[in-house]
Amino acid sequence: MITGIPQSGAFRWTYRAYVTLFFVYLALPLVTVCVFAFNDSVFPSLPWEGFTWAWFFGDEAPYIGVFHERPILRSIVTSGVVAFWVALLAVFVGTCNAFLFVRHEFRGKGFLYILMLLPLIIPGIILGISILVFSSSVANFLEDATGLWFDGLRPGLILVVLGQFSFITTFATLVISARLQKFDPSLEEAALNLGATRWGAVRAVTLPFLFPAMAAAGVVAVLMSFENFNTTLMLVGSDAPLTITMFDRLKLGSTPVLNAVSLLLMVVSALLGLASLLLQKRSD
Amino acid sequence: MANDRAKLTFWLLLAPLMIWLLTLIVLPHLGMFLVSLREKVGVREYETSFANYAVFFNEPLYWNTFARTAYMSVTATALTLFIGFPIAYYIAKLTRGRTKTTLFLMCLIPFWVSELVRTFGWMILLRETGVISNVLQYLGLVGGPVEMLYNDAAIMTGLVYTSMLFMVVPLVTTLDSLDDSLIEAGYDLGASGFAILREIVIPHAMPGIVSGCIVVFMLSLGNYLTPILLGGKDSLWFTGLIYNQFITRFNWELGSAFGFLLLGLSSLIVFVGLKLSRQSLGKTMAQT
Repeated sequence: MITGIPQSGAFRWTYRAYVTLFFVYLALPLVTVCVFAFNDSVFPSLPWEGFTWAWFFGDEAPYIGVFHERPILRSIVTSGVVAFWVALLAVFVGTCNAFLFVRHEFRGKGFLYILMLLPLIIPGIILGISILVFSSSVANFLEDATGLWFDGLRPGLILVVLGQFSFITTFATLVISARLQKFDPSLEEAALNLGATRWGAVRAVTLPFLFPAMAAAGVVAVLMSFENFNTTLMLVGSDAPLTITMFDRLKLGSTPVLNAVSLLLMVVSALLGLASLLLQKRSD
Repeated sequence: MANDRAKLTFWLLLAPLMIWLLTLIVLPHLGMFLVSLREKVGVREYETSFANYAVFFNEPLYWNTFARTAYMSVTATALTLFIGFPIAYYIAKLTRGRTKTTLFLMCLIPFWVSELVRTFGWMILLRETGVISNVLQYLGLVGGPVEMLYNDAAIMTGLVYTSMLFMVVPLVTTLDSLDDSLIEAGYDLGASGFAILREIVIPHAMPGIVSGCIVVFMLSLGNYLTPILLGGKDSLWFTGLIYNQFITRFNWELGSAFGFLLLGLSSLIVFVGLKLSRQSLGKTMAQT
């Protein structure tokens, strides 16, 4: 903090007002979404018709709440399944990558590292269409060659998982590598001296040390998977994850059910975000 | 024996990385490039040519949209920088302790929420029957409902909002590392506030400015939700064209060519930005 610099009172107040306005700008859309989840009206807009829980628990048309709205519940489950597999795969591959990049020296390491970072700078839509084009040509080729069907390579949940995994793994790798770099190798050597096998030492000493970072990477992966839209949009089949379902609804015209879903999403991601912050704090 | 085992470990660790990068990143992009070079000459007959790229350059709608997307993304990046810089400076230099942490975390909160929700919030605020229109009518500033959605200003508002985090975080990080005594020394030597900003603060913050700008530009260029929802049907965003070619028209050849052009532009900007600031990709990405 800088002290002892002469600043006019007017300047200081203008600056403060600007900062306040900025935070109002940040909060405004989110607060609006939350508030209108409780409006007793079929449109998420003014005038305010009174407070209601109907958009959460209602079961009479037109007030069908989130918890009675089948398509939305189903898409939440779909999103959950996708997020689970993405997190599992990303943490596994991320951990392997961390050991590879931190512990091993080999030719082409720098090049592979850059290649590993590339998914961060490829727009999500492009990742989606490239995987779509590639998997379709592989499927066509295999079907022509064998006469069997390869539905897993057509747009659907498997491709959605692979598409999200393709860039979330980079984040997992970065988070887990950062933790592994802080590890003191002499701890593992001590385990080896005490008669542990190589794998036994890694399992008993290194992996527990890495666990907070792996868990944090997993939480971040779940969050990113839940929120992802661009890549998913290009790869989705008949089972739509939550963001796609909400997008289709939004295009048709919105009801406060979407506000209610959004509010629930915010609560869950805030909890997950807090969890990942706590985990990262523990790992520092 | 031990050597063999070390080698085996190495190959086992290398395998997931290679499978991931080859099957999901390298081969798909090569495949997309090959598809973009394919010209349909008959039913299931193709020739290799640049015909799809020729279509792009011969059809004004396509390259106009491309140029417009690039131009709007540059504007959004500049706006995000101008709005975000004073905030980052305030957080990094004019607050400390608990206030600082709180303000910084408050900047992050909106980004734990899905982009779809954020955009939805702006739709409720800006549309004809929306909150802002109603408030303006209530205050008597306007006679009837005003439609603020479906124009370029709405797209810009949404883009700046969505990108803010990626500008503020690297800026706060670099500004934090600037020694306060340098700024005070500047004042003691009689420099004006503006001169200090130009001579001391901005040069020091340059790495943060560059990485923030790169990320924001990339995100705006590749954005689909914000332009489509806030800009409406005539938003003319390049990702929208790509989506149409792939999903609506089923013209994958042209769609792939479009995809490659967008990827090319985005990579070019990243490359130029890194070269100008003499930074490496790894370092830049680590900051965000």
